[in-house]
Amino acid sequence: MSFLQNQFEKNFLTTSVDYLFNWARKSSLWPLQFGLACCAIEMIASTTSRFDIARFGAEVFRPSPRQSDLMIVAGTVTLKMGPVLRRIYEQMPEPKWVISMGACSSVGGPFNTYSVLQGVDKIVPVDVYVTGCPPRPENLFYALLKLQEKIDATPHLVRKPTHVRLEEAMLEDFKRRIMVAQTPEPAPALVTLG
Amino acid sequence: MPPDAPENGSVSNPTHLSLKETFSGAIFETTEAYGEIGFVVDPAKIVEISSYLKHVQGFERLSSVTAVDWWPREPRFEIVYQLHSIRRNLRARLKIRVSAGTAVDSVTVVWRSANWYEREVFDLFGVTFANHPNLERIMMPMDFEGHPLRKDFPIHGYRYSYRDE
Repeated sequence: MSFLQNQFEKNFLTTSVDYLFNWARKSSLWPLQFGLACCAIEMIASTTSRFDIARFGAEVFRPSPRQSDLMIVAGTVTLKMGPVLRRIYEQMPEPKWVISMGACSSVGGPFNTYSVLQGVDKIVPVDVYVTGCPPRPENLFYALLKLQEKIDATPHLVRKPTHVRLEEAMLEDFKRRIMVAQTPEPAPALVTLG
Repeated sequence: MPPDAPENGSVSNPTHLSLKETFSGAIFETTEAYGEIGFVVDPAKIVEISSYLKHVQGFERLSSVTAVDWWPREPRFEIVYQLHSIRRNLRARLKIRVSAGTAVDSVTVVWRSANWYEREVFDLFGVTFANHPNLERIMMPMDFEGHPLRKDFPIHGYRYSYRDE
């Protein structure tokens, strides 16, 4: 006699695969710690009992990209860090999402200089941007809820949701910007992100 | 300035006196303020003077090497060596003044800790150090052009501008 016998007689529900998968994905996001500056302190603070990111099921911060599905880019991304960030993003398993936390990672913040990437969306696709310098944990939670709404609204089950959003033009644009950074006189018109 | 800080050029300190005796002509300025002593010396004699300060005067620790860009003044760079004697509980500041393009003798033969400091000065100011074991960039990416802490460095760099965006 199998232990599964008679186990399915009482409890069952009808749902769609999309709904079930989206529910599972949004309810246990495992963030990757990508703290780069002062925003990281707020990100860490959001895990403490005072703010408690565990209320939204996203408390399991992983040190390894291979175990996480949400990258919270918290802080200033320098041009030297850019390729590292991109590589770590590529190491994350699908499906994966990105929150750009704070002014620096969203648009470069106050650092419009020779060494700082002007927005992390130039190298990875960003789902939710958080304003603030640095944002309070409540702002991060709002971004998390927005991301959960977005995951919930994924219309059909896609094996790699990220690939749908990551257009070839963005990759080309990234390569082009790296090339631009190495030419003495940059081309006047840059490709705009689609 | 408080009354206990003497004027620049004081030679009351025994280290000043002995250094002036040993390297007469290579010591351009001496200062003493708030219990710290300082020298401006001849760039050609920097290794000899460093060795003397370490082995005779007991400044066994080099706590920092940095630079100041006084552009457009000439010579534009001032290399600053912060010395520390643990035995004597004393600090000293050694300065040399060099123009752009002049190679400075590396003091890694005296203090090995100068290695990364001199790389940093080379990376950010473009001052080259002769006889350095591994003089390459330490902070900026290897393919970076220019030396960003120079006063005439444009804020967006030479190769890229975000102003069009």
